[in-house]
Amino acid sequence: MPTSRLHSVILDKVMEEASHTKSFSFREEFPVRPGQFIMVWIPGVEEVPMALSQLGPVKAITAKNVGSSTEALHKFKEGDRIGVRGPYGNSFDLSQEHYLVAAGGTGIASVIAASEALAEAGKKVVTVFGAKTKEDLILLERSRKYGEVFIATDDGSVGYHGVVSDLALKLMEDRRFDGVLACGPEKMLQTLEGICRQRDVEIQVSMERFMRCGIGLCGSCSLDHYLVCRDGPIFKGEQLVGLRDFGHYRRDRAGRRVPM
Amino acid sequence: MVEISTTVGRLKLQNPTMLASGILGDSGDSLLRVARSGAGAVVTKSIGREPREGNPSPSLVELEHGLLNGIGLANPGIDNYRAEVEVALQGDVPVIGSVFAEDVEFYGPLARTMEVYGVQALELNLSCPHAEGLEEIAGDADLISQVTAEVKSAVKVPVFVKLSPNVRDIALLAQAAEEAGGDGIIAINTVKAMSILPEVAKPVLGQTMGGLSGPAIKPVGVRCVYQIYEAVDIPLVGVGGVANGLDAVEYIMAGARAVQIGSGIHYRGLEVFEAVCREIEAFMEEHGYRRLEEMVGIAHE
Ligand SMILES: Cc1cc2nc3c(=O)[nH]c(=O)nc-3n(C[C@H](O)[C@H](O)[C@H](O)COP(=O)(O)OP(=O)(O)OC[C@H]3O[C@@H](n4cnc5c(N)ncnc54)[C@H](O)[C@@H]3O)c2cc1C
Ligand SMILES: Cc1cc2nc3c(=O)[nH]c(=O)nc-3n(C[C@H](O)[C@H](O)[C@H](O)COP(=O)(O)O)c2cc1C
Ligand code: FES
Repeated sequence: MPTSRLHSVILDKVMEEASHTKSFSFREEFPVRPGQFIMVWIPGVEEVPMALSQLGPVKAITAKNVGSSTEALHKFKEGDRIGVRGPYGNSFDLSQEHYLVAAGGTGIASVIAASEALAEAGKKVVTVFGAKTKEDLILLERSRKYGEVFIATDDGSVGYHGVVSDLALKLMEDRRFDGVLACGPEKMLQTLEGICRQRDVEIQVSMERFMRCGIGLCGSCSLDHYLVCRDGPIFKGEQLVGLRDFGHYRRDRAGRRVPM
Repeated sequence: MVEISTTVGRLKLQNPTMLASGILGDSGDSLLRVARSGAGAVVTKSIGREPREGNPSPSLVELEHGLLNGIGLANPGIDNYRAEVEVALQGDVPVIGSVFAEDVEFYGPLARTMEVYGVQALELNLSCPHAEGLEEIAGDADLISQVTAEVKSAVKVPVFVKLSPNVRDIALLAQAAEEAGGDGIIAINTVKAMSILPEVAKPVLGQTMGGLSGPAIKPVGVRCVYQIYEAVDIPLVGVGGVANGLDAVEYIMAGARAVQIGSGIHYRGLEVFEAVCREIEAFMEEHGYRRLEEMVGIAHE
């Protein structure tokens, strides 16, 4: 049976990453590329999209507890079963040599597999990671294995005192990158897209929208004429310029276009 | 050269493929994209009076021979839908507005508002197997007749009635729609179904039951269209499991003048509309049909 059909996997390990964030790993072999996501079903609760933060024979998701489904997921332990289907969506184009990876909060989960793939291919990766405060830093040790890591916190409790896009800009003023890979709050992505456009650096961002089907049919994840689950979640900066929705509107569960 | 343009009553179509309701129909931008991918017409998501968040997920999963959905008519509500129709109308194919309501009396005003937004025809969804209220209307000839008559007196554009296969005698219901003034019948909506994931011993859909679509339901759809064709004179549109030209030809030979495609997008992408048209043409050339019309209902002869 193809893994795109809903099936269950047994949780191999549950790892506490930060106060509200845990990683859940499971063993399953399927072809997958950095940037792709899966739909995760918490049996008896709901199904939500999650990036694969670890590829290889042991896969993992890294989920922040933000609401009913993720809260239920956080109660799951090693040996429990969750439902999964995927992988879905497109992936990062990693054909350049020297990348800046910019992540805000749990956004790191969507880009860390790309960092790993780049490091494995002998390419150069610098990560800028932004969080609200020291306690929210996640996947740091792993990120450091793939290259230099710079940290920004909103409260200055560690690293640069300020937002990750400012820190990214400072780095880009000092060094030349062939490309930027980014995931995080949409305002951050919008700022980074502007910075990269000005400096003529290619940027790819991982986008989020409310998702029901994950396979391009229900239309829940509309971003202008794009479907984030199928045309994305990875978009090049040039695809996002000029969209009415990018940075401004999302669609709610009923499909209403609402300001962000 | 063969001719695949067709008509469904007063509605003229450049080709016989339409987007089925509920697939990509939330947003005007998506409808426009489907129109530009080659669909002969697009049908909106079924829109109701109020915004509706739909059922808990999972609400759409792939099964062995089809898709199971329990979206539950999530929709932004009629008041929020004007802008979407306006965008969809920028494509140069007809936009058909689909509406549903929990009560017979609400269909007329909803349909009228859709007409004001500019749609070229209406489709009445009387048949959703996973939304409360609609299940009662779906199987009741009197209610179908009341809804159709209400809407007919509220609007001037053609009114198509979409029927559910989850009923005892679909032909009888089609007759009720015809007698009440309906301008065409769309058949079928999804087939009521469910699936269980054995390892977790739970139904897969958040709403337990939902509707099956895709290849698995094509024989059911073809049977329904065949039966309805014998019972009414108004034009029919076939829907259910169309993913290639031969699927469409089956429906046409059973009596349909056009087909709708929903799940087919999953199997072949948005190119499915173009591909189905080219495959219908190839079939017609090979078998000596010049106009699509010549094949309509031919299986009854
Ligand atoms: C492609 C993609 C990849 C993602 N990867 C990760 C990840 O690696 N780690 C992580 O922690 N989070 C990730 N998310 C976000 C994650 O899906 C939401 O946090 C989760 O769905 C929240 O569900 P809930 O029931 O716990 O919260 P709720 O209370 O239901 O919602 C909290 C927030 O999550 C959003 N949300 C709820 N359901 C969905 C849904 N079905 N699709 C999209 N957004 C939803 C809501 O709009 C709201 O903003 C990703 C989202 C997408 C679209
Ligand atoms: C995800 C999904 C959503 C649907 N939503 C609606 C809807 O809102 N209104 C409606 O009349 N039919 C709806 N349907 C039914 C389809 O329009 C169509 O009748 C059915 O799927 C069979 O066609 P198919 O096999 O080509 O998908 C939906 C089907 C699917 C798969
Ligand atoms: S989530 Fe259904 S189309 Fe993207």
